[in-house]
Amino acid sequence: MTDVLDPPAVVEHHDEHHEEHGPTGILKWLTSTDHKVIGMSYTVTSVVMLIIGGSFAEIIRAQLSTPNNSLVSLAQYNELFTMHGSVMIYLFMGPFAFGALANIIVPIQIGAPDMAFPRLNALSYWLYLTGSITMLSGFFVAGGAANFGWVAYAPLSNSVNTPGAGADLWIGGLLLTGFSAIFTGVNLTATIFYLRAPGMTMFRMPIFTWNLLITAILILLAFPVLTAGLIMLYCDRHFGTHIFSVAGGGVPVLWQNIFWFWGHPEVYILALPVFGMVTEIIAVFSRKPVFGYKGMIFATITIGALSLGVWAHHMFTTGTVLLPFFSIMSLLIAVPTGIKMFNWIVTMWRGEVWFSTAMLMALGFLFTFLVGGITGIYLASPPLDFFTHDTYFVVAHFHSVVMALLMGAMGALYYWGPKITGYLLNERIGKAQFWFLFLGTQVFTFPMYILGLWGMPRRVGIYPNHPSWQDLNDVATVGAIMIGISSALFLINIVYSWKKYPAGDNPWDGHTLEWFTTSPPPHHNFYRLPQIRSERPTWDYNHPGHSAAAHGHAAEALIEREPTPQ
Amino acid sequence: MSKVSRVEPPALPPQGVSVRTRRWRRVRRLAALPIAALVLAGCNDHVPTKDGIPTFGAQPGATTSSHSVFDLWQGFTVGALIVGFLTTFLIVWAVVRYRRKGDNIPKQSQYHLPLEFTYTIIPVLIVLGLFAATLVVENKEVANPKTAVTIDVNAFQWGWKFTYPGQNVVVVGQTTQDPEMVMPVNENVHINLTSSDVIHGFYIHAFNFSRYALPGVLNQFTFRAVNLGTYDGQCTQLCGLYHSLMWFRVKVVSDSDYSAWLKSNANSAAATAAAKATNQQTSSIVPTKPTIGNS
Repeated sequence: MTDVLDPPAVVEHHDEHHEEHGPTGILKWLTSTDHKVIGMSYTVTSVVMLIIGGSFAEIIRAQLSTPNNSLVSLAQYNELFTMHGSVMIYLFMGPFAFGALANIIVPIQIGAPDMAFPRLNALSYWLYLTGSITMLSGFFVAGGAANFGWVAYAPLSNSVNTPGAGADLWIGGLLLTGFSAIFTGVNLTATIFYLRAPGMTMFRMPIFTWNLLITAILILLAFPVLTAGLIMLYCDRHFGTHIFSVAGGGVPVLWQNIFWFWGHPEVYILALPVFGMVTEIIAVFSRKPVFGYKGMIFATITIGALSLGVWAHHMFTTGTVLLPFFSIMSLLIAVPTGIKMFNWIVTMWRGEVWFSTAMLMALGFLFTFLVGGITGIYLASPPLDFFTHDTYFVVAHFHSVVMALLMGAMGALYYWGPKITGYLLNERIGKAQFWFLFLGTQVFTFPMYILGLWGMPRRVGIYPNHPSWQDLNDVATVGAIMIGISSALFLINIVYSWKKYPAGDNPWDGHTLEWFTTSPPPHHNFYRLPQIRSERPTWDYNHPGHSAAAHGHAAEALIEREPTPQ
Repeated sequence: MSKVSRVEPPALPPQGVSVRTRRWRRVRRLAALPIAALVLAGCNDHVPTKDGIPTFGAQPGATTSSHSVFDLWQGFTVGALIVGFLTTFLIVWAVVRYRRKGDNIPKQSQYHLPLEFTYTIIPVLIVLGLFAATLVVENKEVANPKTAVTIDVNAFQWGWKFTYPGQNVVVVGQTTQDPEMVMPVNENVHINLTSSDVIHGFYIHAFNFSRYALPGVLNQFTFRAVNLGTYDGQCTQLCGLYHSLMWFRVKVVSDSDYSAWLKSNANSAAATAAAKATNQQTSSIVPTKPTIGNS
């Protein structure tokens, strides 16, 4: 593997074992245990899921564009929004956040040759793919796909109220992707704890890696609970148990407790990786270190810890939970999130902010996440939750949040894509994509906030002929079309830029180790490593004399090392 | 063996002063638009306000607790707008003021503990304030005062049944015919909420309130309506195929009208039959398929 001597700063290796052996082409993709190949499989699969879930959303918005619309039947509508939510949460955002980029970037950021358990990693991907196919195959069975909402509340999800194989395929698919997530969590935790390069101490790890560590720990705490719950649900459906049915002495609300004990940490399992991506992007494109690096890490840990104690804020209106406890716990999450927001802003402060597509996406994330975060505070207050629960206000709130996450994810693809593929994407198309995505998101969500305040419930396929409701729904539909155009622009950009703009090893003047190696990185990632003396080893190597400084210290005073000649 | 690329500075647009000034002016002009719109909206007589504060899309509603929820809504929204605009301003200021102008490396400052401490403490104080306000309203809302009127509300796929215990009055309605819950004004009305099958959401928009109807759980709460009128209610929790059609109405009437309504609708035989129907789950309440939204 790679060693580091000190000094000289750079050690070169010419070992043959860096050369890749084995199959090529399609067989390579099928049999590889290389984290970069698996990560690419994750990326492509999850983007396909994004397009499938997005097309469901466009049908949903088309149906809602007029009252009493009959574009799709009520039965089809229930399947559509169930599968839209399921595909987006389970099959796109999660696997993208902790499967795709984490797989590719985390080992390189910590100077590791691969994940700790490469074969387990491959198993994770194949479980994810088969789980996705299983869940989506519900559309091809009698009775159609699952139609009980992505939360599958018991007793609606039992075999009496939802007979049919679609629901079983949904449960099976989710079990498989759940195991995939758990294995990825194991793998990431082990990799980050055991495979760091010499010099890469915990407090020199990039924020993205730190966030993935906390995410992985949350996965290990939350996903097994979901898996257990799904098995119970399946037993209720087929083996005559009565865990969630009143008739046999069961408790329907138990499902909600189990589901949200997974479901709320899941929100942060999706969000923390994107927070990490945005942190890296903002720091690099401001040409400054992450402001409050350690504060950022403690904020992430705090969010992770609090997220395990807030699940019942999804259940305020059940009348079965202790309101003040879950209210204050949920409100408190605003504090570490606020710290992150201000750290991001101060990172840009007095920087040199470069408006690349990746940076624009990160800025779009900041604003959209601000909106989603602030409206989330309302929902942490039980009286305001009683008022808006299960209306379009909630739909608007979490779409602000997840669309912000989508912007961060897109920014990450523009930022790290060149490292993975060796080629840049077209910036002009990228910026058009950003504006459609950003403006479309606001045009899409703001009318939904008002619709919720005016009393429109969620998950209704038809609504009464109410002129003001229709106007707002039409505006939201226009926003959804804009978002659809932005996705089309992304695909067009990939085709248009195909192998057109060679990226070089370090196109953005990056800070972290992945920008020190080639694009794409070689098998086992590195021919050589720089000295790791901060969380920005590549920057330190490229800009001697410009290390991070504490407040009041001149940067130059802290560094004595001469620039290393090449 | 690869080479670490020395950083090539990205190509920047021409740095002519006039270009930048023009762009800057355009930015300012664009930024002025939404601000102007807001100021105008604030001065406009058509913007609905209460106590001099805009309603921000919500409404005070028809019950005592809906008024306190609305006040809480206004308070939260004023705070949210201040924090939201301040943060947005900081983001916009940072990216406009510190946009890339050349190839210099800015000062690499990373920590400023007093600053970080400040923006930790201020959110904590805001959160504690919001929590205190929440507790005040919540305690009012979930209080169970002495009540004169009780209504048993039962939700089923896909309709509502309102039973007036001791009065021999039962109102049942399904998707094709929305039932109407009649209740007296200025009177504490106690609601016993149950479900016969799956989970439903009992939501009355004008009361700024919703609560789940859970099978096997009795949810109890109290309304005190202060305005006469008829209000829409709807199931908000997905409950199956005809969830979209599960509407009801709430009619708030004067005390005398309420007594008259009870008298004219009392029917002991029907009430007994309907009460039995609940116990047998939905077997005797078969919803008629509505014409819209074919399955």
